[in-house]
Amino acid sequence: MIGTNFIYTVAGLMFAGFAWLSATDRGNAKRFGNAGFYALLSGSFLFGDRIGDLGNGVLVLGLVAIAGTGAMGRGARGTTGAIERQAEAARRGNRLFLPALVIPATALLGTLAFKGVPALVDPKQITLVALTCGVLLALAIGYAWFRPRPATPFAEGLRLMDSVGWAAVLPQMLASLGAVFALAGVGQVVGGIAGAAIPAGSLIGAVLVYALGMAAFTMVMGNAFAAFPVMFAAVAMPLLIGRHHGDPAVIAAIGMLAGFCGTLMTPMAANFNLVPAALLDLKDKSAVIRAQIPTALPLLAVNIALLYWLGFR
Amino acid sequence: MLVLAGIAVIVAGFLLRFNPLLVVAVSALVTGLAAGIDPLAILAAFGKAFNANRFVSAIYIVLPVIGLLERHGLQERARSAIAGLRGATVGRLLIGYLLFRQITSALGLTSIAGPAQSVRPLVAPMAEAAAERQGVPPGGDAIPALAAATDNIGLFFGEDIFIAIGSILLMKGVLEGYGITIQPLHLSLWAIPTAIAALLIHGGRLWWLDRRLARGA
Repeated sequence: MIGTNFIYTVAGLMFAGFAWLSATDRGNAKRFGNAGFYALLSGSFLFGDRIGDLGNGVLVLGLVAIAGTGAMGRGARGTTGAIERQAEAARRGNRLFLPALVIPATALLGTLAFKGVPALVDPKQITLVALTCGVLLALAIGYAWFRPRPATPFAEGLRLMDSVGWAAVLPQMLASLGAVFALAGVGQVVGGIAGAAIPAGSLIGAVLVYALGMAAFTMVMGNAFAAFPVMFAAVAMPLLIGRHHGDPAVIAAIGMLAGFCGTLMTPMAANFNLVPAALLDLKDKSAVIRAQIPTALPLLAVNIALLYWLGFR
Repeated sequence: MLVLAGIAVIVAGFLLRFNPLLVVAVSALVTGLAAGIDPLAILAAFGKAFNANRFVSAIYIVLPVIGLLERHGLQERARSAIAGLRGATVGRLLIGYLLFRQITSALGLTSIAGPAQSVRPLVAPMAEAAAERQGVPPGGDAIPALAAATDNIGLFFGEDIFIAIGSILLMKGVLEGYGITIQPLHLSLWAIPTAIAALLIHGGRLWWLDRRLARGA
């Protein structure tokens, strides 16, 4: 069955290519740091299921050691200049959009088509498998149309990957930290504090602590998924549902969305906030967060109001 | 109470600008030790979760295609396509993208767009080209950052309308732990009011940006 194995093999091979191109990039003074980081990621994708939990832990320590000592730099491989690109853009016209659109189009059609063959494609991974197919198809079109040297797409991909750097694995690291927090019982303690902060019998107080707690804990963990079980257990279940008889569906759904408002305001949500700033070469790494706060704060207030009005009809 | 030391490590580490990967690793160690867990068991738990969450980092497979297309002028083409379109403003463009992102995410198509797939190669250059025509000086952070922000907001406040997205399944699982059975559809319907509010608030900001630029020009 086609599932994560297929996706992870493609990703593992690509990172192996990044590692090789980094190691041979003599213009980058920190080339072995980059090469080591990508080689470890490649190993994680290709062999992660075979090296055991402790082996994966040691692999993570390697990633942390490279990133934590500042051993990664930007590659120095050349690409085309602005004038060349403008000339080529004018010559090739709107057809340049086609390979870029092949990826979402394949993801869309593949998602619909693969649903019909659950024996062939793992139903849980349909969209990612379809997306991977789209990437391979677009890459094939790129090779046929531009006729680059075999390594060129990977060198260009590496250029973008280097701009993201270590931030690429922060979300995965935070998800793992969440697992350790769960093991250590951090949730119960945070929940206890949040529960104790509410004046006895106050519905609006409980709603506020639940929604603001979701947003705040999400900002620390970079992810609303870690905050939800904690705040639900501490405030939503005993008070909002238990004592005030709120509608569980409304309280769960809108509480989660209050957490999403927190995601918009934290550098810990690296994949949403830091990675785009890096990919767009922004001078201010928190520019994306700054652009999101004026939407996130009013929306958080709306979520609190919706919880209060819709949850207790 | 001692286990909260890990949260303090995260907050302090970020304020003191240590490398976040290092901060997260130290936080995991401190939290585990405070709870009396064996260091090797902490490492194994961390490694296990890291391996289980690889799908988060799989999206980078789009980079070679995007990089290759950029080499051959994709961003420049995106700019000139917008520059040639009469009536295209940065606000209208991003409101359109916000709607597209919310609707496709609500249909479960969360990974067809994103910072690497669509914002860097297409949306940001288009937004910049439109904004430049409205009198915004080129080279600033504000417009590309707004394009990335619009992508996130469209995704976050669209995806929960889809019944099979991770957060809906998580909520269903947590509720079941308390003996409350709720259909995913019921949860996803209650994401719609917030989705509409997000469209109005962020769309309103974008509309206001157009107005401000028109007055300034």
